[in-house]
Amino acid sequence: MADWLSPEEWRAVALSLKVSFWAALVSLPLGILTAHALARWQFPGKQVLNGPVHLPLILPPVVTGYLLLLTFGRRGMVGQFLEQWFGIVFAFRWTGAALAAGVMAFPLMVRAIRLAIEAVDPKLEQAAGTSGASRPWVFLTVTLPLILPGIIAGVTLAFAKAMGEFGATITFVSNIPGQTQTLPSAIYSFLQVPGGEVQASRLVVVAIVIAMSALLLSEWVGRAVARRIGGRDAAG
Amino acid sequence: MLRVDLAHGFGAFRLNVAFAAPPGMTVLFGRSGSGKTSIANAVAGLMRPERGRVSVGDWVLVDTDAGLCLPSHRRRLGYIFQEGRLFPHLTVRQNLAYGAWFAPKDAPREDMGRVVEMLGIGPLLARRPAGLSGGERQRVAIGRALLAAPRLILADEPLSALDEERKAEILPYFERLRDEVRVPILFVSHSPTEVARIATTVVALEAGRVSRIGTAAEVLGDPALAPMGVRSAGAVITATLVRQHDDGLSELDAGGIALFLPRVEAALGNAIRLRIAAHDVILSREVPKGLSALNILPGTVEAVHHGDGPGAMIRLTTPAGAVLARVTRRSADLLGLQPGVAAYAIIKSVAPAPDDVGAIKEAAE
Repeated sequence: MADWLSPEEWRAVALSLKVSFWAALVSLPLGILTAHALARWQFPGKQVLNGPVHLPLILPPVVTGYLLLLTFGRRGMVGQFLEQWFGIVFAFRWTGAALAAGVMAFPLMVRAIRLAIEAVDPKLEQAAGTSGASRPWVFLTVTLPLILPGIIAGVTLAFAKAMGEFGATITFVSNIPGQTQTLPSAIYSFLQVPGGEVQASRLVVVAIVIAMSALLLSEWVGRAVARRIGGRDAAG
Repeated sequence: MLRVDLAHGFGAFRLNVAFAAPPGMTVLFGRSGSGKTSIANAVAGLMRPERGRVSVGDWVLVDTDAGLCLPSHRRRLGYIFQEGRLFPHLTVRQNLAYGAWFAPKDAPREDMGRVVEMLGIGPLLARRPAGLSGGERQRVAIGRALLAAPRLILADEPLSALDEERKAEILPYFERLRDEVRVPILFVSHSPTEVARIATTVVALEAGRVSRIGTAAEVLGDPALAPMGVRSAGAVITATLVRQHDDGLSELDAGGIALFLPRVEAALGNAIRLRIAAHDVILSREVPKGLSALNILPGTVEAVHHGDGPGAMIRLTTPAGAVLARVTRRSADLLGLQPGVAAYAIIKSVAPAPDDVGAIKEAAE
């Protein structure tokens, strides 16, 4: 496969995989926390939290990308702070692409996990509580294992969304080969030059293969996990 | 000693109860809406009462005056729910071990092997709850509660989701809990059969208040009190199994009187608790002759209770214990059934339902 793709194309594919992997991985704990808060916690301003979580889903990606640039760019408030204190730079780096992809994928991940949490019978969590488990232990020993299929679905969705993310990424971190040129950006670039269709279509095939693999893998893992849990609906 | 003193308002309904129960099985007995589940919830920490105090020995769970209300997970409970509530992602063995894992290291523990053997769930250990029958699930739920090293076991109508056959399968395990486990047990029920079989102490509830507290024989034998309605009234007597006859009958000795019942599966010499439904008892002023009924108890009318309807509840003192009989007011008047007169209680051998007959282990030892 390495011979089949040119080094430039190969870099784009590798970068996209890296960006998506980290986007899905880093947003996972935050996604579980947010989903749990939305599904189970009672607190004032729950709808206020719901808004920003879902905003990337409904805003034009370019707008999200621009807002990321304003916030996390070199001159942005958060961007300046992170660079000064932690040396973390997002602007025009692959980390920025991962951030953009993560933000765009976040609502999809939260939604999948939230549905899974809502499907868990609170009576089981109550039973764990009366058996001596404190709330964090209830979550770790009962809720988390039961929502594992939902988590897998959420991670897959987030990964696939991150692989395909284009608008926010190109607005936030531009389209620098080897730095921020992800698979979709590369396809876009190739289509801008005459005769680039061949390269573009090779990448299109790669994108389809990766997406399908991710989908099949998650179906397979999800089914295996569900079988382990063993008929959630039938159990009382 | 379990002490409960609670007051709480739910809209128009007001719960106001106080009782102390000796060791053993305490049954909260009443109709739905009488407040029994609210009491269980307050004891379990699933509901915070407006005012109250709950303690087991010197272990205080709730004391609103002192601002104390332990969270559920620190109450050291074993809770047996109506629907089992086993963890579907864990095997039976892991379910059983779940509560023990959170118990303090120095807590007195039941032996897993002994509990598994007592509940007959050895063959199920590697399986998951989804594949178990209702009765098996409930047995595992009992085991999970026992193995959590609890200081108090709660059971909220653990039999009511089961069919009659499964109920008959599970009831003996609660008899064994009562007789073999030292932890106090609070059992919520609306079934006179369950009360008769397993209660050490009965707390009868009506509209959020305790209407009577006593032994099963005292509460169920009170003619003025029919917590579940007169149709399910019936006294409890205790007898000893003395002989198994070849014709399929078991002979019991109740205060010197022989009683015959369809085969009772228990060891000879075992004490048997027997609930006799009030509507299964016929009264006669004279020694009955030429009757097919085998069981005739001589006694004295102790109380006559008239309700609103055409019926009367008669309490008869016999050498076997008190017996309740539900007759019509007309019959009571015709026979002149007044406190102090002699009468005979006649019970068909086949009348008591199999579930109404249960062994008591401690009395045999």
